[in-house]
Amino acid sequence: MADKTEIQADLATIVEEIAGVPADDVQMDKEFVADLDVDSLSMVEIVVAAEEKFGVRIPDDQVKNLKTVGDAVDFIDSAQA
Amino acid sequence: MTALAPVAGATNTAILGIGSYRPSQVVPNADIVEAIDSSDEWIQQRSGIKSRRFATDEESVQMMSVASSRIAMERAGIEAAQVDGVIVATVTHMMQTPAVATMVAHELGLHRPVAFDISAACAGFCHGVALASDMIRGGSAKYVLVVGVERLSDILDRTDRGTAFIFGDGAGAVVVGPSDEPGIGPVVWGSDGEQQDLIRQREDWREVIASDNPRMPHLVMQGNAVFRWAAFEMAKVAHEALDRSGITADDLDVFVPHQANMRITDAMARSMKLPERVVIARDIAEQGNTSAASIPLALDRLVESGEAKSGDTALLIAFGAGLAYAAQVVKVP
Repeated sequence: MADKTEIQADLATIVEEIAGVPADDVQMDKEFVADLDVDSLSMVEIVVAAEEKFGVRIPDDQVKNLKTVGDAVDFIDSAQA
Repeated sequence: MTALAPVAGATNTAILGIGSYRPSQVVPNADIVEAIDSSDEWIQQRSGIKSRRFATDEESVQMMSVASSRIAMERAGIEAAQVDGVIVATVTHMMQTPAVATMVAHELGLHRPVAFDISAACAGFCHGVALASDMIRGGSAKYVLVVGVERLSDILDRTDRGTAFIFGDGAGAVVVGPSDEPGIGPVVWGSDGEQQDLIRQREDWREVIASDNPRMPHLVMQGNAVFRWAAFEMAKVAHEALDRSGITADDLDVFVPHQANMRITDAMARSMKLPERVVIARDIAEQGNTSAASIPLALDRLVESGEAKSGDTALLIAFGAGLAYAAQVVKVP
């Protein structure tokens, strides 16, 4: 079971691999669309990669609620609990 | 008890020739951005599409089918008298009956072949190749034309930001026949009707007629959900098709996925871990998504450019409304 710092670090690696955003920029308060320029299709890929990495299920209707990196980390953390 | 004669068909089948027809009107992104308040850059980033082709009135489903079939037959070295089957995959033949396959057969001068249309949307061409191969191996036919053809411009909502930039028109055809060596591997196919709403005609024709302002029931699509299904679930189907043909991704020369969206192709290639040297069809950049026509159009482009050579091992995978899918490994004709 990963803590939130580890989840953030792993998620940052995924975002870097898929969307080409430097991992260091993937901070908790950053918005995927507005700040990191991640488009909707890249977001789908990030979600699928995160599901595999963290062993959680992130339904389509939840994805739109994950505006910031922090939202995603919180969701993954609670889904793992 | 009366015994029936045993069935005798060919042991192996192959694609013997391929042809395609690209409609005459080239439509660059610049011509469609205004109606969807978009830009060339946005479209290319979301889909990899630079332009598509729209058919003129003269370039009908039948006309494009016949044109592509003639090329496929000539390249296969098969005469009209030899072809005893025609399968046309399309969702845009606006005459619900009779099947356009019968009209195509007649115009080609074929002699009373079995001829029918199939409705498997974007997956139609791979369904047709599988059916043709099984018909020949089952002794029900010898040389079968398989055509994928669409005029999606007829059912396109030009103001819908989700679909207007994606779809285009065209046709591709192959001749399937018996061969010495296996040239068409086992098909892996299926459907997931639970997701039938993701891509569909907006409304039933009877609802259209009953409305005050009847208009073409356009194609509607939930792009992100389709992307997720196609990019990831279909990669698993692709691997299954390789397994069933007894090969691995390392044995592949060419990958021809349905040209749905360049981003889907890229994501599939990534999740399949295809070796770098595998040639990936990217016909969508100039052709848009032509549904049932996209795979033969894309394969034909690779053959004509020399990127795919006769005898190369190619993986075909198609997926779309239904959600229906089909994949098989074939030898390039």
